[in-house]
Amino acid sequence: MSNDTLVTVENVSKKFCRSLKRSLWYGMQDLGNELLGRRHGGNGGLRPDEFWAVNDVCFELKRGECLGLIGRNGAGKTTLLRMLNGLIKPDMGRIEMHGRVGALIALGAGFNPILTGRENIYVNAAVLGFTKEETDRKFDNIVEFSELSEFIDSPVQHYSSGMYVRLGFSIAANFNPNILLVDEALAVGDLAFAVRCLNRISELRKNGTAVIFVSHNELQVREAAQNCILLDHGHATRYESLDQAFLAYHALRSDTVLLDESDIGFVHDGPVRIRAICKKNTSDEILCSNETAMIELDCQTQMDCLNLGLELRFWTALGQLISVVKSSAYGVSFDLPKGESQIRVDIKTLALAPGRYRLAGGFRRDGEILGWSRDLAHINITPSQAQWSGEGILMLQAEFHGPFIS
Amino acid sequence: MSRNDNTDQVTVYTPDSSLRDPGQLIGEMFRDLWAGRELAWRLAVRDISAQYRQTALGLVWAFILPLANTAVWLFLNASGIVRMGETVLPYPVYVFTGTMLWAIFMEAANAPLQVTAAAKPMLAKINFPREALIVSGIYQTLFNAGIKIVLLLLAIMVLGVFPNWSLLLFPLAILSLLLAGTALGLLLTPVGMLYADIGKSFPLIMQFLMYLTPVVFAMPASGWAATLFQLNPLTPLILTARDWLTGMAPEYLGYFLGVNLATLALLFVMWIVFRAAMPILIERMSA
Repeated sequence: MSNDTLVTVENVSKKFCRSLKRSLWYGMQDLGNELLGRRHGGNGGLRPDEFWAVNDVCFELKRGECLGLIGRNGAGKTTLLRMLNGLIKPDMGRIEMHGRVGALIALGAGFNPILTGRENIYVNAAVLGFTKEETDRKFDNIVEFSELSEFIDSPVQHYSSGMYVRLGFSIAANFNPNILLVDEALAVGDLAFAVRCLNRISELRKNGTAVIFVSHNELQVREAAQNCILLDHGHATRYESLDQAFLAYHALRSDTVLLDESDIGFVHDGPVRIRAICKKNTSDEILCSNETAMIELDCQTQMDCLNLGLELRFWTALGQLISVVKSSAYGVSFDLPKGESQIRVDIKTLALAPGRYRLAGGFRRDGEILGWSRDLAHINITPSQAQWSGEGILMLQAEFHGPFIS
Repeated sequence: MSRNDNTDQVTVYTPDSSLRDPGQLIGEMFRDLWAGRELAWRLAVRDISAQYRQTALGLVWAFILPLANTAVWLFLNASGIVRMGETVLPYPVYVFTGTMLWAIFMEAANAPLQVTAAAKPMLAKINFPREALIVSGIYQTLFNAGIKIVLLLLAIMVLGVFPNWSLLLFPLAILSLLLAGTALGLLLTPVGMLYADIGKSFPLIMQFLMYLTPVVFAMPASGWAATLFQLNPLTPLILTARDWLTGMAPEYLGYFLGVNLATLALLFVMWIVFRAAMPILIERMSA
């Protein structure tokens, strides 16, 4: 077998129990079976109230590779990492890990709040398997990396959560593992620290560490990983391209979480109620990038409303604001008569990249909101264009000039 | 790319029971015990310093409970509410040594469940030699026992009992109390981690055990109580420790040795159980 494969996961499954009482009782049963030398997980069937948290997952990871692990909450990511780390036993399958495993799973687990940062560095390093001499040697690096030198002698209970994590990461990152497991570790720190962590991870990777990176942050995964596994209800799909993985991921989450269809419609407060659809033209064809989009708003008011400014906000499915269009900037305001009325807004060359977007907006008068909806409409941009590079949130139209050989 | 690493060190995780391969299991147990020595020390230092840093009375907490206990029994005896029976040693010395030694045993028995429960967040997320937890518990008990013993020695000398050469054997008796306590504690830990009932009933069980051991009462001379006291494996441990401390000839030396051998065997078996149970407990504690 090639010595370059550091992680081998073969048909690994893990079941969990929904009910606490049952879970404890199953724990007792498993304990008995283990002590009788029986196989964990029984015959592979589920007991009442159990479900597969990780279901038949296979993958391999080579030296210097970084694998992103994405999926919604409860998809089994952490469970898989915990099996890889040897914390819990798989119920089926086999895991083979080569070399020293470092896990950035719970940064600062084992910190005692009363003790100082300095004391906790020694304790935490010992938990991770450092000897005192190794820690002595790396102490200055750890403190420097954490940027906490002025607080190192105060009790960590006075630290902020970000400082806590910074110290935890600095200790763990100075450990040189062959396999590194990172679970949402960077979510708490500030941006500058997250960047430094990502740099450290890629440094380790260049030195031959295999990295498994779990994060909900698309940008961080794109920064760190080369390919990706998408977990959904315990099932894993491996994607060689991050874009495919994230398209599939967004397809999972956009329908259920961020873009909840039931939220669309009239807003329930304010005198103006609005509803919108966004389409290519009157024949309801699906929009492509850089076409004119027609946004039709149905408005309903309880009284005559004069001098209203219309505001439209374009969001990505991930909650990133792309653009705000205000009618007031165009010198336009609306007078809505009592009852129903229609407004149409044409967006020339809607430069959004293929994907799903959310349109929010409403009416304002002198800053006061007179009707607003977080979910005015969902915008679907079809990915059928040849020029689409597969990345980014905008699709800019380019013309190329210069010497060509065609 | 660095090749001088330890990637040929392979770890395999399967659903198979760890008891399938006893040779490998025992090898791993001792390897982890060795690997965790530094960690055990760190954890003990961490817990001891944190424990005393946030108290005003500090080290007094190590012996305040047996001290209070002694006071209660001295009062009960002096007021004639409870008759203790004849002891060779002056009763205050008897009851003070008894409660102090019992406190050491109780702390040792309490330690495995307590340290394991306190380390839940760590256990659930970090892979470290689990043996270190138990050893750190033993260190902490030893530290507290040291304070108690110093106080105990001072107190019995004030009360007019002077130890002789057999004091040299006394640490051995303390060690057997510690190991017996740890074995008992390990016995309770796996189920105790799942069901809180164990932890809650622990003080009750210990109270009951104490009255079956010559801690505050003298050995009954006859009757079923005498048989019960004599069969109780804790009796020779407490009596021998007390005899060695106060310079008397130990009566139950043979039984003492037998209990120690049994303790070592039990300790080893419970160590295996603890180790095998860990991944299963961790799975349940955070599910």
